[in-house]
Amino acid sequence: MDRPGLKYSARLVKSGLCEAGAPLFGIMEDGITWSGRIQEEHILEEVLNTLNFGSILFSPTAEPFRSITELLAGEAQPSGSIVPDDTETRTFLHEIPVISAFTPGEIITALKRRKGAIIPGRGIITAGPVTPEQAFVTFSSICFSCYVKFFSDYYYYTRGVKKLPDSAEKIAPQALKAYRSALKNISDFPSAKGPFTSDEAVYAAIVEAGRLTVSSGMVDSFFGNVSALFNDCIYITQTAASLDELEGCIDCCPLDNSSTCAITSSSEYSAHRALYNLTHRRTVLHGHPRFSVIMSLLCDRHECANRGRCHTACTAKRFINDIPVVPGEIGTGPLGLVRTMPAAMMGRGVIVHGHGLFTAGACDFTDAFTSLVDIERMCFEEYCRLVQF
Amino acid sequence: MPINFGRTGRVLLINATERSVSAIETGGDAATFFIGGRGMAGNFLRPFAHLPFDSPQMPLIFMTGPLTGTGAPCSEMLSVMSKSPLTRTVFQFSAGGTFGSELKKSGWDGIILTGKSTSPCGIIIKDSSVTFEQSRFIPEMDVSQRLAFFSTGSAAVTGPAAEYGVLFSSMIFSGDTQQSRGGLGLVMETKNIRYIHVRGSGSVSVHDLEKLTAAGEDILRLVSASPVLTGDHGFSRYGTAALFDLVNSRGMLPCLNFRKTCYDGTDPLNACAYDRLYGTVSYGCTGCDIHCGRRLADGRPVPEYNAMVHLSALTGNTSVERTLLASALCAEKGMDPVSAASTIACYMEITGKSPDECDIVKLLADIALSRGEGELLKSGSLRYAAAASRPELSMSVKGLELPAFDPRGAYGTALSYAVSTRGGCYSDACAISHEILRKPVATDRFTFSGKPRMIRLAEDARSAADSLTVCGNILFAASLEEYARALYAVTGTETTGHDLMLAGERINYNERIMNYICGFTSADDDLPARFFSDPGTPGAGISIPPLDRNKFLEARSTYYRIRGLSADGLPLEKKSLELGLSWTDPD
Ligand SMILES: [Zn+2]
Repeated sequence: MDRPGLKYSARLVKSGLCEAGAPLFGIMEDGITWSGRIQEEHILEEVLNTLNFGSILFSPTAEPFRSITELLAGEAQPSGSIVPDDTETRTFLHEIPVISAFTPGEIITALKRRKGAIIPGRGIITAGPVTPEQAFVTFSSICFSCYVKFFSDYYYYTRGVKKLPDSAEKIAPQALKAYRSALKNISDFPSAKGPFTSDEAVYAAIVEAGRLTVSSGMVDSFFGNVSALFNDCIYITQTAASLDELEGCIDCCPLDNSSTCAITSSSEYSAHRALYNLTHRRTVLHGHPRFSVIMSLLCDRHECANRGRCHTACTAKRFINDIPVVPGEIGTGPLGLVRTMPAAMMGRGVIVHGHGLFTAGACDFTDAFTSLVDIERMCFEEYCRLVQF
Repeated sequence: MPINFGRTGRVLLINATERSVSAIETGGDAATFFIGGRGMAGNFLRPFAHLPFDSPQMPLIFMTGPLTGTGAPCSEMLSVMSKSPLTRTVFQFSAGGTFGSELKKSGWDGIILTGKSTSPCGIIIKDSSVTFEQSRFIPEMDVSQRLAFFSTGSAAVTGPAAEYGVLFSSMIFSGDTQQSRGGLGLVMETKNIRYIHVRGSGSVSVHDLEKLTAAGEDILRLVSASPVLTGDHGFSRYGTAALFDLVNSRGMLPCLNFRKTCYDGTDPLNACAYDRLYGTVSYGCTGCDIHCGRRLADGRPVPEYNAMVHLSALTGNTSVERTLLASALCAEKGMDPVSAASTIACYMEITGKSPDECDIVKLLADIALSRGEGELLKSGSLRYAAAASRPELSMSVKGLELPAFDPRGAYGTALSYAVSTRGGCYSDACAISHEILRKPVATDRFTFSGKPRMIRLAEDARSAADSLTVCGNILFAASLEEYARALYAVTGTETTGHDLMLAGERINYNERIMNYICGFTSADDDLPARFFSDPGTPGAGISIPPLDRNKFLEARSTYYRIRGLSADGLPLEKKSLELGLSWTDPD
């Protein structure tokens, strides 16, 4: 058997959320197996035995996530929780508990209620009731949501409408600097050229686009979705598929309603389909690039009647330069982004409030992917301008 | 007197022999211990578990949950429990519709029906008033005509199949979309009760309505984000029949009594075929937010997934119209189409009859009215196959015919069929959720590794959900984490997802104890031999080998350990007391 959680530890390190060697996975089968050692192994053992989950993940975070979570946790004390404003939190995490001590009692209390928690001074702990992948996803989501919350708070701080500890003045510039160089280093672009002539070519192009979306850092937890229209079928990534390993995870959904195999496809299948219906695009890419999400959250109309409900109720025609920002929740509900995003796709892309970025291509993924990166770069520079970095 | 938020604290005890009623006050302890619904029903059933299903003392229990009637999403199910004539295990099913909320609005958390009336009668409950009347039904009357007697409130009725002693007779509720499994309709019939009608004028008190609304929004947000439930190809759009194409493409669609696992006929039998041929519209149980049911434009219901597959592919019927006729017949006669069709498939294999030689619609009618071959088949496939000296050809576990997911294509599903307390049922652990629907995460369907714990945890979650009386389908999207918030808002007592899981474990273990009392052992936690000897139908580059017997037994042993059972799958006194359950030695 592989060392438990090996694959997900590697991902946490690769995406810069943890230092090498830091993630500790505990997997409960008949007994508990640990992926490494820490002093307080007995504490986590007690947690796992009490809660009966299949797995647990504990790790200190790497910079800038360490400073960011520490700062937000400090703001949430005593014994509170962090409630970021992004879609990821709203839909799946609901809130991020902050616990005050690395004791079984505190950890158990938090994990009885929610999927993961921040332990100030120590790191993040998350549960994987079914598989270690869940613990990994929650860990990654907590980092992403905290990052987004920090920079949205920091913007209001620079505007003088929100208080933050002095340390924010140090954390923000360092994190921005690091992200700027990461954005600069993106150099791989799709090689598969359209128009596609076979379904093999379509599968290969989707796999490549997914891999690049991950390697360029345009996602959190490796999630997003990718599709292409070919021969009256939408080829689309399956729900909960890791974009860097899409082989075998692409559904072919005929548009003539002859089969229901899209039942496993991405929760945004309906939005992709609507977009193909409304436009002449042939490919769609969707990721969660950080500053596209952060910029979508910023709004100076503090007196707006819809404040706090921007994600569904915003009526303003908002743009970040040429890119529209629309409200909409995940999926097909009455407030779903399927009703807002497709119609807004007039140019390079559309940002869904607090959620992520959709881009579309004319015949392959070259333009869609370039737009994804370009829009994120634009949003980042726009943010830097706003906070005078 | 303190208000019991979310619960009335009273259960109605009806004795059909004496035609008397009384109220049982349920303390707060039992309520938190067993939540409500399935858990509370199990608690009341336990002292009678050793009795035969047709004993007058055997209770037939209807229980609401703490969320019933509160407006929490998908929380209007009713738990019904007794001993199954078909499996002789304890048996629980969840019914949709408004029976539960009407009952609660009448001031009752549940009904315990015991005794046996001397003549067929009905029970009318209106708030605190309970009356018996001579049955208004004429013999052999169709179910839809029976339900039509009750234009207000909600009714539970049996059908002609129960009158003829069909062991898989269902109980039908106004506003529900499905026929129940397990034959509890026959239990009601043995009490000579043909219907219970309930109408309530009260209301259900909620501790914090604002918090409940917020919790409900969190749940509905997840429903909207779920491709299975609300996606373009999901249940809301095509009904549960939406599973047909996916399951078939995975080589898990049982055909011809599980001799094949892929339907490759030229006549399409999938959800889209119904849509194309007739046009369909969605409908659902009253109070449901998913609407997993489907109706044809002419009003006839499209069968749910398992019934649809068994009435077509499993029995070799390739006509959509005949599937509809067969399904309607089961609905009108009041019998479980899954067990009925599987019994016919077993009959066809044993007699060597081809699909062309068998009129499935006629056979179903013969079963319901106990005529001709139907007299042999009305006791289910296991008894029929045993009588024909071919017990191995009954595709059942503990006598409950398997649903439409071939276990060779998903090992967690295989294990869950074997160990479910009610027999061959997938929904107790719903391993197809992660094994083929990728929720909450995708797992490797061709391995037993890790599955025993997943099965145990999923069973605990489902037991808790059935006790909250939440629809099982919601678990494809939301979890007990979100429902704990809803429960907290309703009752005002702090509850976590983990607390609910613990209660779920207790509820499941209690059922294990009852089955143990009834004489069930590990020998019953097993699958038909076919799955260990014959491969499934290969296709799409995948071969489907038979299940490895040793690995299956190893996984089952691990499951027993993780569940806190003995090596033979029997409950243990120590574990039982640990869970706060009383211990009865069956000797
Ligand atoms: Zn997204």
